[in-house]
Amino acid sequence: MNTGARLLILIPAYNEEGAVGGVVDEVRAVLPGTPILVVDDCSRDATVSRARDAGARVLPLPAHLGLGGCVQAGYRLAFELGYDYVIRVDGDGQHDPRDIPAIFETLRREDCEMVIGSRFVNGSGNHTTAARGLGIAFFRALLRLVLGKPVHDPTSGFVGVNRTALGVFSRTFPLEYPEIEALVVLQRRRFRFVEVPCRMRPRKTGRSTITPMKSLYYMVHVLLGVFVNILKFEGRRK
Amino acid sequence: MERMLDVMTVFSILLLAFVLVSVRRAHIRVEYSVSWLVAALALLIVSQSRGLLAGITAWLGVSDAAVAIVTIAGGVFLIVLYRMSLLLSDLRDTNIALVQRVAILEFRLESLDEKAQAAARD
Repeated sequence: MNTGARLLILIPAYNEEGAVGGVVDEVRAVLPGTPILVVDDCSRDATVSRARDAGARVLPLPAHLGLGGCVQAGYRLAFELGYDYVIRVDGDGQHDPRDIPAIFETLRREDCEMVIGSRFVNGSGNHTTAARGLGIAFFRALLRLVLGKPVHDPTSGFVGVNRTALGVFSRTFPLEYPEIEALVVLQRRRFRFVEVPCRMRPRKTGRSTITPMKSLYYMVHVLLGVFVNILKFEGRRK
Repeated sequence: MERMLDVMTVFSILLLAFVLVSVRRAHIRVEYSVSWLVAALALLIVSQSRGLLAGITAWLGVSDAAVAIVTIAGGVFLIVLYRMSLLLSDLRDTNIALVQRVAILEFRLESLDEKAQAAARD
């Protein structure tokens, strides 16, 4: 895919030595020549070397920041290096890199700042627990009220942004559980987002760190984050 | 009531002593000790000044001085904890920005080194 626009694939990873190499390989097979940046969130395993061996550039963080801080570091670097588009793919192998071209094309074609790869728009992904599905349904309903339009997969990390959103996210990005709050941040700036269908696969290795207690904390934290962002609300644009 | 005031006096003096020793040993920085020292002094003054305590009790509109003491102590420590939360949040933001900046600078330095090595080979 030679488009002339500068695209970076951003892969945040934390203790993903078993999956990150495969993810990089898959991305390279789909988009040969496109730069791939793995942001390592101070992993305790061989994530950095596996990513480098697979041919990715690696931004190793010297301290563990959590997902939001990790992704924001990648956004900051991409913005400083002048990239026009960044597509984030999780390092655990759940996102199918074959969906990246659809996200990229939508990002370039549509008048929007962000494209979300959604499991629930004609996608095949129901690799989620009942509790998480309930949480997603709750946040869907909440975000519909806040954003004034439906969002099918508010917790998806398979996201593409253009340079305008990149500039915003490089300065302001939710640090924990960033996906839902990021949507509200965008809405506050009157930016637009579009969802495209994507495939979601089970984790290749390891297991999710989300426990029932963490799920509860997630709900409270995200609700509070959304509420705080609503207080800064500047207007709605559909 | 007298015993409660004595306990509060001892607690205030102990708090003052702990904070001062911690500052002396550089476990707490001077600027972060101020809130604790002010809180401890405020409790010490209230516990030693019956007239002031009576005035505060009347002002709060409570009949028992013990309730006034608990309210004052709770309020003082809530203010201190709030200030600590502000400081912690600020420190966390600063830490995150620093970690990201260090990582980005290292990345860019490595890129420059690689370019320099490639140029030297050519």
